[in-house]
Amino acid sequence: MAMLLLAVIPAGFASVWRLQRGIDRQLAEMHQEQDELVLRSGKMLRLLSLEYGAFLADVYWTRTVQYYGDRRVRQVANLETLGPLLDVTTTLDPQLLPAYRFGAIFLAENAPQGAGRPDLAVELIQKGIRNNPDFWRLYYDLGFIYYWELKDYKKASEAFLEGSKNPKALIWMKVMAAKIAAEGRSRETSKILWREIYESTQDKLVRENALRNLKLLRAEEDCEYLDGLAGRYARSAQRRPERLEDLVSAGILPGVPVDPEGVPYVLGADGKTHVHPKSPLLGYPKGPPPR
Amino acid sequence: MTAARRNANNTPMTGPAIETEGLTKDYTTGFWLAKKKRSLDNLTMQVERGEVFGFLGPNGAGKTTTIKLLMGLTFPSAGTARILGRPVSDVGMHNEIGYLPEQPYFYDYLTACELLDYFARFHGYGAAERRERVERMLKKVGLETAGKIQLRKYSKGMLQRVGVAQAILHDPQVVILDEPMSGLDPLGRREVRDIILELKRAGRTVLFSTHILGDAEMLCDRVGVIAGGKLRGVGAPKEIVGVQSHGMEILFEPGSGAGAAGILEKAVRMGERYRIEVAEGELYGAIEQLRAAGAKILSVVQVRQTLEDYFLELIGAEQARTSAVEVGEK
Amino acid sequence: MKRAGIVAWNTFREAVRDRVLYNLVFFALLMIAAALLVGQISIGIEQIVIVTLGLSAISLIGILMAVFIGVGLVSKEMEKRTLYALLAKPVRRWEFLLGKFAGLALTLAVNTAAMATGLAGAMWLVQGSLRAEDAAVLVAVYFILLKLAIVVSLALLFSCFTTPLLSTLFTAGLYVAGVFAPEIRAIGKVTGNAALDAVAMGFSYLLPNFDNFNVIAAAAHRRAIPGMLVAQNTLYAAVYCAIALTGATMIFSRRNLK
Repeated sequence: MAMLLLAVIPAGFASVWRLQRGIDRQLAEMHQEQDELVLRSGKMLRLLSLEYGAFLADVYWTRTVQYYGDRRVRQVANLETLGPLLDVTTTLDPQLLPAYRFGAIFLAENAPQGAGRPDLAVELIQKGIRNNPDFWRLYYDLGFIYYWELKDYKKASEAFLEGSKNPKALIWMKVMAAKIAAEGRSRETSKILWREIYESTQDKLVRENALRNLKLLRAEEDCEYLDGLAGRYARSAQRRPERLEDLVSAGILPGVPVDPEGVPYVLGADGKTHVHPKSPLLGYPKGPPPR
Repeated sequence: MTAARRNANNTPMTGPAIETEGLTKDYTTGFWLAKKKRSLDNLTMQVERGEVFGFLGPNGAGKTTTIKLLMGLTFPSAGTARILGRPVSDVGMHNEIGYLPEQPYFYDYLTACELLDYFARFHGYGAAERRERVERMLKKVGLETAGKIQLRKYSKGMLQRVGVAQAILHDPQVVILDEPMSGLDPLGRREVRDIILELKRAGRTVLFSTHILGDAEMLCDRVGVIAGGKLRGVGAPKEIVGVQSHGMEILFEPGSGAGAAGILEKAVRMGERYRIEVAEGELYGAIEQLRAAGAKILSVVQVRQTLEDYFLELIGAEQARTSAVEVGEK
Repeated sequence: MKRAGIVAWNTFREAVRDRVLYNLVFFALLMIAAALLVGQISIGIEQIVIVTLGLSAISLIGILMAVFIGVGLVSKEMEKRTLYALLAKPVRRWEFLLGKFAGLALTLAVNTAAMATGLAGAMWLVQGSLRAEDAAVLVAVYFILLKLAIVVSLALLFSCFTTPLLSTLFTAGLYVAGVFAPEIRAIGKVTGNAALDAVAMGFSYLLPNFDNFNVIAAAAHRRAIPGMLVAQNTLYAAVYCAIALTGATMIFSRRNLK
């Protein structure tokens, strides 16, 4: 009898484990059909959560990261609920800074990395600034979105300037403001901005994204340089190269160059050098940081 | 029990009704520095079939512990117990046993009728049989008018009666009653006594515990005396408790005759009267002497121990105060 | 088995006599008020709100009953010593436990069914009729009941070896942890710590995963719930109850009654 009972419990947990995997599949399918948030109003939730709002915010935050991480892996572009999730989270706990910074980056980025909604990102950051006026890095994030996604250099410069008024802000906030006001977009500025994002956060997803963008900027440089070499080839061979291999056989290059992810560059039909369309650089990032 | 015949329930028809061998129960008290307390120590005894057996002992002596072990409510630290030849862990045998817990308490949201009907279901009776039995039992314990009242409105004595009713509801071979008289008025005690005698006439085995000597003397074929967790003696009530007769007590009013002075020396004066204790063999001599002295004899009684005297003698005053024997730290 | 049934019936009778079902009055009032008010507040999502509110209330009331009555099932009988006379009948201890579990499960089933009827009434008031796709709400109610059965089995398990207060805390705590089972599973992924991931993963499978039974949102949008999920959840609840009741039996069968 006792032996029988002892057998029931391990066997039971084994079947629970198997069943749970089945249930997980069913639930995942159900959620894929349509993501829903019953309560999209953060204020309502805060009322309902009594004094446990901050805790609930953490739960929502975990859920947001989980949801978002999942989506990215599956390369599904439907990120409609990211905005409301972030809004609910930051209403429940207005001091949850990672949520603003995370949202700023991923709401703004285009698919497949983000929701492609820089407008919502600006709203979220502005809400963050209202709730946390002392945290100067939110101005940085705001300026960055204007600069990078919306290409509104006037507003970007203003945001950096506003942030630089905080005594705690690093001095180059002012430098950035001036630089963007004078030059608008430049590769050098972009690199500084992304590197700052990379170094100022512990968030894995944000870091990965910054790293990928830094690599992309480096690839952009590479492509420009290769375009120059192609021009040299065209002048000496009296015809445009068809492939990068032509440059190798002409002795201009020692071999076909590769992008920071190790995938060879390609010469497009437009005669310009591009990152290979299947390079991980354009999708989910892998590999070591660029030199 | 090799030649034992067995009935339909696979219960041997011969052999003792209840037998225990080396039955021992330790309790641990406290949580961190747990101490072991032995509340029953190496109990070996037998109750024969058809016998009314009284379990005598002061409060905390181990009577209830023994009964709970027999009913499978607690489990022995050592030793075995069998009822009707089957181990007490065999719950199937409970069809043959009736049990009245000490100070019984029942589901107070039920009426007495409902409670008895509920218990009767476990014995597999049909609806008509249940109704008939419930009615009969309520009448037997004098609750026929209170059967439709919720138990939460019952007095302690009424609950005791319901407890007796549920114990004998299924006409069991062995009836175990833990302090059946407690909480009852004189009329109730008499009714319970009658029920026990009736069970005896029907050939049932009854084991009941009590700390009142009179009950045991009046009803029991044999008694077992338990104190401090140990069995101190088993036998007919007379052998166990009556044997240490201290002799005879004579109560008299002294006369003025000759020889009175000698006898008065030994007597205790109680107002106008005198009391004297003599050995049984010297009784007639003493009476002769008193008569010769012209004394008026008021009464002659056998001097007997009270149960309390007996317990004190058995286990010593010190142990009588502590209810259980400590067996050291775990 | 038959004896477990007798115990179950008495447990149900006790709940009814103790006026446990009075909570239904409260629920009915809540539903009526909600049905009347919801049209005034929110335009266009009345059905969604009424279903979400109704199912949430059914779940909450059920959980409270399951925890508090469940914890008392065994401990009250031991404390009041009503168990002594019962166990002197030919009832095995596992039969007693199973009967207690089944009795409260029956009570909760009746209670939940009554509340579901109330919810259907409120839906009918708001929508004007009941439609085939409203069956999703019925499935959600069924899932709540499965969840309650697991909670009762856990309450029973804890009350077999600890005090009522601690049993209540343990059961409630395990319920909350079970609701957050998916979050616990995600901890490892979020932190990227492989060891923590493995521990959190294993732990999340041992916990009763109450998130499995939460289809309130889907029901509110009247989305069909796959039959496979219904079967799996039923089996999951049955297995989990069996585990908890087996554990309870192992402990309770060895327990000395004070």
